Amino acid sequence: MFGTYLRRELVNRRRQTIIIAIGMGLAIGLVILVNSFSAGVQNAQASVLQSVYGVGTDITVSQAATPPTAGAAGGGRQNFSFGSGSGATSGGTTNLSQSRLSSTPTQTVFADSELTTVKGVSGVAAATGTLALENTTFSGQIPGQGTGAAAGGTTGGGFGGGQQGTTGGAAGGATGGADGAGGSAFNLDRFSVLGLDPAGDSVGPLSAVSLATGRLLTAADAGTDNAVLDSSYATSASLATGGTISIAGTTFTIVGTVDSTSTDSATASNVYIPLDVAQTLSSNPGMLSNIYVTASSSSGVDQLAADLKTALPTATVDTQADLANTVSGSLSTASSLVSNLGTWLSILVLAAAFLIAILFTISGVTRRTREFGTLKAIGWSNNRIVGQVAGESVVQGLIGGILGIVIGVIGIVVINIISPTLSGSASTTGSGAGGFAQRAAGAAGGAVTGGEGGAGGGFGQRGAGGGGFGAAAQTATNVALHAPFTIEVVLIAVGLAILGGLLAGAIGGWRAARLRPAEALRSVG
Amino acid sequence: MYELVNVTKTYNATKRKVTALDNVTLSIPNGQMVAIQGPTGGGKSTLLQMLGALDRPTSGDVSLGTSTLSKLGDHKLAGIRAKEIGFVFQSFNLIPTLTALENVETALAPLGVSGSERRDRSQAALASVGLADRSTHLPAELSGGQQQRVAIARALVKAPDVLLADEPTGALDEGTRDEIMELLEGFWREQGLTLVIVTHDSAVARRAERRLHIKAGKVKEA
Repeated sequence: MFGTYLRRELVNRRRQTIIIAIGMGLAIGLVILVNSFSAGVQNAQASVLQSVYGVGTDITVSQAATPPTAGAAGGGRQNFSFGSGSGATSGGTTNLSQSRLSSTPTQTVFADSELTTVKGVSGVAAATGTLALENTTFSGQIPGQGTGAAAGGTTGGGFGGGQQGTTGGAAGGATGGADGAGGSAFNLDRFSVLGLDPAGDSVGPLSAVSLATGRLLTAADAGTDNAVLDSSYATSASLATGGTISIAGTTFTIVGTVDSTSTDSATASNVYIPLDVAQTLSSNPGMLSNIYVTASSSSGVDQLAADLKTALPTATVDTQADLANTVSGSLSTASSLVSNLGTWLSILVLAAAFLIAILFTISGVTRRTREFGTLKAIGWSNNRIVGQVAGESVVQGLIGGILGIVIGVIGIVVINIISPTLSGSASTTGSGAGGFAQRAAGAAGGAVTGGEGGAGGGFGQRGAGGGGFGAAAQTATNVALHAPFTIEVVLIAVGLAILGGLLAGAIGGWRAARLRPAEALRSVG
Repeated sequence: MYELVNVTKTYNATKRKVTALDNVTLSIPNGQMVAIQGPTGGGKSTLLQMLGALDRPTSGDVSLGTSTLSKLGDHKLAGIRAKEIGFVFQSFNLIPTLTALENVETALAPLGVSGSERRDRSQAALASVGLADRSTHLPAELSGGQQQRVAIARALVKAPDVLLADEPTGALDEGTRDEIMELLEGFWREQGLTLVIVTHDSAVARRAERRLHIKAGKVKEA
């Protein structure tokens, strides 16, 4: 009887059924769309983060950068010093070149014993350490002296470089004057180098790359001068697998190139070399700049982060949630849009749909007062009538849920067809707080001993306090937004449909139950 | 057998208290056909509600057989209505979205009768009122007389002890009125049920064994 009565009511009162179903459908469709869009944005954020932190990294550990001490020599910056025999003179022109590998200024290195500490913390499934470095090559030419130049010419020069960036700048190029002054040309070439455990690719930056050419580093590469290059960097620098690259004056064999698994993005570094070699070349023996941690359980990430902070009180411990906050660009805007406007819009529309369903159900009960009075008169209990009303509402809600799934799927398909491209960038330092100072300090930086008639050259650039800025390196990534359709979305739709139906049915049924049969049967008398 | 002892029913109207039944004491033996007449507002409806276990008196007792209706809870009253009392209303009160057969079936739903038995008994009840061929029709597709026949089938399908009819012919023409009354009388005689009819129509009242007149809440034998 329940099913027959319910079916007849829904079919014969189809206008009410359609209005409630459409209302619920639109609301649930919007919730599905917002939910799916949000999941798509989260996936895009994860994609951006993966390009920097690797797949499966739940937590990163680093040390906040410390500002250089004002007035300290060099301010912690690269300092290129050329002695009298540093240059090679040919045809009167002296060629100078010096390359050095040093830690990036925004990160502080720390002892690799912290990696051992991290691995000892309960809840750590895997951990690996890396050393983020920057290779800077300063090269240039000092032309021969002009007519009448005194013997000795340039016998020494000092250059201090403190630029931050990924590509080198160029200076000079001026033609020497008649008195032999000027005419020097200098190049500054820089690229990022990441020293990593060649055997530990399950977590960390290399877990988010795909092999383009050659091979990846393996455990056998430890201690060797083998390197893997980011394919984008390799192309821009005209390098290829099988070739060589000079890092800190050491020639490395390029054994492979890698691409980011994220579309249109670069990998975390330009060059990857074995960690032990990186530590030696950069004079950072036994030091690391980052530790990448995978938690045993995704639900235990926060607890693990707290445990790591306890174990390493001075370290900066960031979870994926913390890292997601570092993503900026249109991706960040979309995320903000979803979490604010989308969520509130969903709540409002859902509340409106529930209200419509409740009002229509109450209206239906009021209209059917005599009907329910009659049923009570012939022996129907309150429970049976409440069940009937609730059943009708739940089925109306479920029809709305199915409609909502259809609307939601159409919306998801439209989003995926449009596939809007969002750009995002993530700070490669978890803290991003390390400012560094750069200040031109006049032309007195280099100690120059010039012979008579030689102009000599002095170039000075050193960090000496002053205005710091926290320009942590950024990895820009363009991600095509894909809104996923998952079983969770269907469950959300069905859950909301049942919730809306039950809510309307409960209120409508309660109203029906309150009807006293004698009052309901106004026709009697 | 109905026993009403000192039954009073008062309602609180907007500005005054209305006494619908005033100290009514009444017995209706099993199998009796009783007609209740009286002016509008005289208390006919209230009396029928007391007899039909739809309401409780303000004071006094109403008993049906061994059950004191005035002291039972809603759930037990619903059970008594489901098993022992059949109702026929002036405006038929059929569920508009259900077919004639399904309307009759609603009376068996609270009794836990199986689906197939429910359909068989309902079909038989419709046949007994001459509507076997109208079982799939909706109320709107039936005439007034046919709708009242469906309502009578619904009231009788559970084989009640009592049939309460509220102006059963009030919405029908004279010819149809006589058909319905003959039908009711036929069931009354065949099934030996107690039949209480509230009516304004003296022609209908004259067919009853016993006639009661109610005015200002007081019942008198007519």
